[in-house]
Amino acid sequence: MNTTRERLVAEPERYEFRALPIHQFELARREFFKILGAGIAVFAVAKDALAAQETAPGSPSFHSEELPKEIASWLHVGEDGTVTGFTGKAEMGQNIRTSISQTIADELRVPFASVRLVMADTTLTPFDAGTFGSRTTPTMTPQFRRVAEAARNLLIGVAAKEWNVAPEGLVAADAKVTDPVSKRSLTYAELARGKTLAQNLPAEDPITPATEWKIAGKPLAKVDGRAFVTGSHKYTSDIRLEGMLYGKVLRPPSFGATLASCDDSAAKAMSSVVVVRDGDFVGVAAPSAQEAQKALDAIRTQWKEVPQVSSEEIFSYLKNSAEPSSSERFRREKGSLAEGLAAATHRLDATYNVAYIAHAPLEPRAAVAQFADGKLTVWTGTQRPFANRDELASVFHMSESNVRVIVPDTGAAYGGKHTSDAAIEAARLARAAGKPVKVVWTREEEFTWAYFRPAGVIEVKSGIAADGKLTAWEFHNYHSGMSGIETPYDVANQLTQYHQVPLVLRSGSYRGLAATANHFARETHMDALAHAAKMDPLDFRLKNLSNLRVRVVLEAATKSFGWPRQKTQEGQGFGLACGAEKGSYVAACAEVAVDRASGGVRVVRVVEAFECGAIVNPDGLRNQVTGAIIQGLGGALFEAVEFENGRIKNPHFATYRVPRFRDVPVIEAVLLDRKDLPSAGAGETPIMAIAPAVGNALFDSTGIRLNDLPLVPNGLRKA
Amino acid sequence: MAKSMEIEVNGKRYVVSYPPDTPLLFVLRDELGLTGTKYGCGEGQCGACTVLLAGAPRRSCQIPLSAAAAKPVTTIEGLEKDGKLHPVQQAFLDAGAFQCAYCTAGMVMSSVGLLETNANRRPEEIVGFLQGHVCRCGTHPSVIEAVEQAAKMIEERRR
Repeated sequence: MNTTRERLVAEPERYEFRALPIHQFELARREFFKILGAGIAVFAVAKDALAAQETAPGSPSFHSEELPKEIASWLHVGEDGTVTGFTGKAEMGQNIRTSISQTIADELRVPFASVRLVMADTTLTPFDAGTFGSRTTPTMTPQFRRVAEAARNLLIGVAAKEWNVAPEGLVAADAKVTDPVSKRSLTYAELARGKTLAQNLPAEDPITPATEWKIAGKPLAKVDGRAFVTGSHKYTSDIRLEGMLYGKVLRPPSFGATLASCDDSAAKAMSSVVVVRDGDFVGVAAPSAQEAQKALDAIRTQWKEVPQVSSEEIFSYLKNSAEPSSSERFRREKGSLAEGLAAATHRLDATYNVAYIAHAPLEPRAAVAQFADGKLTVWTGTQRPFANRDELASVFHMSESNVRVIVPDTGAAYGGKHTSDAAIEAARLARAAGKPVKVVWTREEEFTWAYFRPAGVIEVKSGIAADGKLTAWEFHNYHSGMSGIETPYDVANQLTQYHQVPLVLRSGSYRGLAATANHFARETHMDALAHAAKMDPLDFRLKNLSNLRVRVVLEAATKSFGWPRQKTQEGQGFGLACGAEKGSYVAACAEVAVDRASGGVRVVRVVEAFECGAIVNPDGLRNQVTGAIIQGLGGALFEAVEFENGRIKNPHFATYRVPRFRDVPVIEAVLLDRKDLPSAGAGETPIMAIAPAVGNALFDSTGIRLNDLPLVPNGLRKA
Repeated sequence: MAKSMEIEVNGKRYVVSYPPDTPLLFVLRDELGLTGTKYGCGEGQCGACTVLLAGAPRRSCQIPLSAAAAKPVTTIEGLEKDGKLHPVQQAFLDAGAFQCAYCTAGMVMSSVGLLETNANRRPEEIVGFLQGHVCRCGTHPSVIEAVEQAAKMIEERRR
């Protein structure tokens, strides 16, 4: 157990680039008609098309790793006309169940209501690396377009054969194939009846351009909405199986502590309680959560603790603990920094610190595990069902084909649910108990034993010429990560480097990864340079920016905001920030109000322009953009994980402050629909401009430059 | 020690046997299978477990079973009448005021409690009343829109 836990420790951003195992395509295909019944099916193996976008010109990224190239999807048209799409992606509130269904309906030419999706089930759905990295829309949209188009052509082919006519003249619309000459028509249901027709998808079929979409591109409501407002949707934590026990796991008092002694006799003496000790894993299962807690409380333990770094000293620790690395993977250099600095009429150096923050999804980690007939089934809210399956198989020495992981639509994740912790805990207890076991983490466990968005230190050295052109840009990120690390601005002489630091707290993905930290440092620094150059922050950026897509969002946001604004009230301030990441483009303008007497800070209004190619569902996109702005305000203003001697000091909503209703400003999301461009993901990039926009607005209001995130955890102190 | 007690939930009476200090939340979810009420923090800080106790919104993780025995409890499952959603549910659905929706039941219950006593509420009152609810997906603007819409629907209904 112990070695497994160590192996599962998340390194920042590694998940994004994990190599893929060979998928289970052939096996699953054989099972396919057995499970679904007769009909028409199309299977797709995507080619490298999706990798292309990541390396598109202007995309500020130097990820050299290969992206997954063989993500499969499939589609089935049943004898009753029901259309079922299968994807390994998971729904966690980002509304992809709706947007993917729209895409299928659009391309197959069927009503939206006739499409259903089977998602994130390792037995029923194709292999998928995970739901992260804003990959669902750019990969799944074109794939499902292609499988739906192929299925449509198959159905047309069946009709053509039936009528003994050429398929070219037939028309598919509204779940029917029609012959315009003879006026005959057959429904998809009639055409699928009695067939077991399957087709592997030929490489690159043409797909319907966004300008001709009829169902995609529309603001359709979230599917299953009624189940959510009536409370009938079953999240993992709502599942109850016959004879199920409730599990609890004993946690060490501090990070890195090991079990010195353990007396579990009192817990074992309790009736109907199962106690499991396996290395450092100590857990109990009982008929109710309360009995399980009582049993856990009755276990007497001694722990050997080890000294740990505290939040007070984290930034100097990170700066001084960087691993020496000459890897080209972490370093980009262009021109001559020395020449660039020598040519500068003004130089500016600054250091930026970014705190650890927690995802705090409202549904904590949860899993229900059941062993039956030599097979293990686990329901769990995870972003990586197949990795969970593989880890379960490895931990329990089972074959992967005997482990099934199912992800019910989940109470959010934000990058925080990549690991298999709850799944392994529930399964370990279930194996010992011989009964199904449910484990639901407490809020305190979630705040302590999950993983965090890593802290970081960013150092920037820069120079500008008298005309405001950047001459030199040196950017070092310690620990927080490489996402969004490269500047989108035009600088002839630059050095960008990421410095790895051994983990202090367990760390991993978070919505947008390090793009927030890197944009905060860069865009704060650009604002400071604009003031040094005595230029308007917008003019200064535009002078140094030839990336057209960034310019367009910047111009759209400032136009809607009314930039430049004249101050009309005491304490008012305006700020802006922009950037690009993962194939999408963002610019934000913020208005703040500062009460200098009390130090109270309020974000009054945010205008954010966002462009991610062709929009699949404007309502879903607006939710993602608005949600990212609000979530981003937490990390911008006040969220920070405090820790000391291996203990989290604020593991509750009472002490870890997240944005609430009164913190929410007036928000205007300006969505730019580029029907001529492929759809990129939108779950992450909208978060990364908000912190620097707010920080720059605070400077505009007060003249105080805040270089650390969170900006004002205790309000703005008098200066 | 477990004690037999009678509670009334959504108009039905149940006899349950639990220690009297057991939070109502766990009895609703684990014993009665009413899982629409969510665990979010167990500390009364997030609002996900909100139910109506004699019509007033309360955090069910903070209510001992013994305190719930004397008063009728309403959960999210008890709002729909004859296949018709409560105006607050309908307004949340119409406004699409949810993303992962894990916080939705709690917000709906609070809003029902607020508006059923008086549907004529100022926007600041609604914001203040929902301040105790956490939504991590950031649906706050559409939630406010939904509650304002529901207030209008309830006013209409009363006219």
